[in-house]
Amino acid sequence: MTLLETHQLSKRFGGLLAVNGCNLAVKTGEIHALIGPNGAGKTTLLNLITGVLAPNKGQVRFEGQDITHLPAHARVHRGLARTFQITNLFRNYTVRVNLELAVQARRGSSFRFWQPVFKEKALTEEAFRVAERVGLGGRFEVVAGQLSHGEQRALEVALALASRPKLLLLDEPMAGMGPEESARMVELIESLRQEFTILLVEHDMDAVFRLAQRISVLVYGQVIATGTPEEIRANPEVHKAYLGDEGGVA
Amino acid sequence: MRWPLLLVLLFLLAFPPIASAMGLEFYQGLLTKIMILALAASSLNLILGYGGMVSFGHAAYFGLGAYTAAILMREGVSSGWVIWAVAVGLSALLALLIGAICLRTRGVYFIMITLAFAQMIYYLVVSFKQYGGEDGLRARRPEFGLFELTDTALYYLSLAVLAGALYLLHRLINARFGRVLQAIRENESRALALGYPVYRFQLLAFVLAGALAGLAGVLMAHYTQYASPNLLAWQQSGHLMMMVILGGVGQFWGGVLGAAALSIVEEVLQDLTIHWQLGVGLILLAVVLFAPRGLAGLWRREP
Ligand SMILES: Nc1ncnc2c1ncn2[C@@H]1O[C@H](COP(=O)(O)OP(=O)(O)OP(=O)(O)O)[C@@H](O)[C@H]1O
Ligand SMILES: [Mg+2]
Repeated sequence: MTLLETHQLSKRFGGLLAVNGCNLAVKTGEIHALIGPNGAGKTTLLNLITGVLAPNKGQVRFEGQDITHLPAHARVHRGLARTFQITNLFRNYTVRVNLELAVQARRGSSFRFWQPVFKEKALTEEAFRVAERVGLGGRFEVVAGQLSHGEQRALEVALALASRPKLLLLDEPMAGMGPEESARMVELIESLRQEFTILLVEHDMDAVFRLAQRISVLVYGQVIATGTPEEIRANPEVHKAYLGDEGGVA
Repeated sequence: MRWPLLLVLLFLLAFPPIASAMGLEFYQGLLTKIMILALAASSLNLILGYGGMVSFGHAAYFGLGAYTAAILMREGVSSGWVIWAVAVGLSALLALLIGAICLRTRGVYFIMITLAFAQMIYYLVVSFKQYGGEDGLRARRPEFGLFELTDTALYYLSLAVLAGALYLLHRLINARFGRVLQAIRENESRALALGYPVYRFQLLAFVLAGALAGLAGVLMAHYTQYASPNLLAWQQSGHLMMMVILGGVGQFWGGVLGAAALSIVEEVLQDLTIHWQLGVGLILLAVVLFAPRGLAGLWRREP
């Protein structure tokens, strides 16, 4: 079943067509990798899917419904959650408060004006479970800005997990990581496979070929190929446009 | 924190009889004025300090409250309760209209457009010659039924309103709503990505701040028995902003401490020199440089 679909989606920045008639389909249950050279429009595409940017043309469909004009916050409640390529946390807040905010966004209304939020034990408990899940249980009371880079990336993922999304959009979760941290992130994403459908944007080809069931290749804002890892490896056009630069992955 | 607060409250409760026994009525008046300004500054601190919305037009709601009181009295409405309700309602409505537009902008644009709207209100009000134009409008004190609004009654009324508003703000800031409001200030795009309707949170805070400023404006009209165009002017917005910066942006007691400190400093300097505004400026500069979290930040160690 198709969970997410973009149809002829386009986004123009001045004279630049960053996303150009993009058709992409993500099936329920899969880890779908989106690869492409720098500036191909991957992040822009995620911004269109999550509603941070409005497209100039085209459609975004989620669970069969047109969500093209739904505001960003409403899409989160539909079940779309994303992480950012450039770490985007509440840097002055602890891991705990970061995650409590994420849990609070999903549980009940936040238009509550009277009860002190620190008394809401349920928020803290769930926040802690999410922290443990990404290996930050022991860093619960640490201020996010003081975490190591790898830990910050893990928290980034945890914030998305806390909203219990149907589709998890990960924008280069391994960005800026050393091999050890990368390996840990691959393990974490692997552990999410059973529960979440994932659209994974990533430059690390080893990780992509290990994790993804399907891969789409984005070049100049267009999906030039979609297929299994084997098919993508064997596709001459992909080689020409992209994999050639990477050398040795094929 | 509890003890000093209780002592201050006791002092304020006991002050009027002591003042009248010792002939210090002037100071009772000064305290009334400070409490009213503290309410207005605290309302600004909600959006500026906790919400990160640098509104340079807060005088619009403050002045509108005062003018509503004066105009209603002029038109024959004499019930204080009715006047309060209408003034608060109108201020909230004005904040809703202005906020709905301004909150679509950010940064310097937000500052400029809030200022522009406030100036529009200023010129609009001043253009009504039947309501005093640039001379302002006299506003006798209304009737409250239960009591007569003497200077002392106004003192206690202002104290009660300030205490009630601060209690409300304290609950609000520590409840779910307040936490989200502060999270938006910390990182708006992250809050949006978590699924928070950022605009609605900000707008609601903006309206609430406008309503409280309007209430402060009514009290100010009762206090001076006069609605002055100065209350609507951009200098008044700047004045309230200075109080918040002096007292502590996003510090709970920031508005109160700033209003008290600035009023007292002005009072003292005005007696000493005609260049008192220079003195106020220097003090503000010193605070910004040496106590970035304001007077409240000096008091409290924790962030
Ligand atoms: N807000 C913006 N305004 C103008 N141009 C933009 C904006 N965002 C992205 N672009 C441009 O659009 C193109 C696509 O950028 P995008 O960030 O989507 O690429 P990407 O595939 O995510 O690249 P990377 O692998 O480097 O993250 C780039 O040329 C970029 O400079
Ligand atoms: Mg990118």
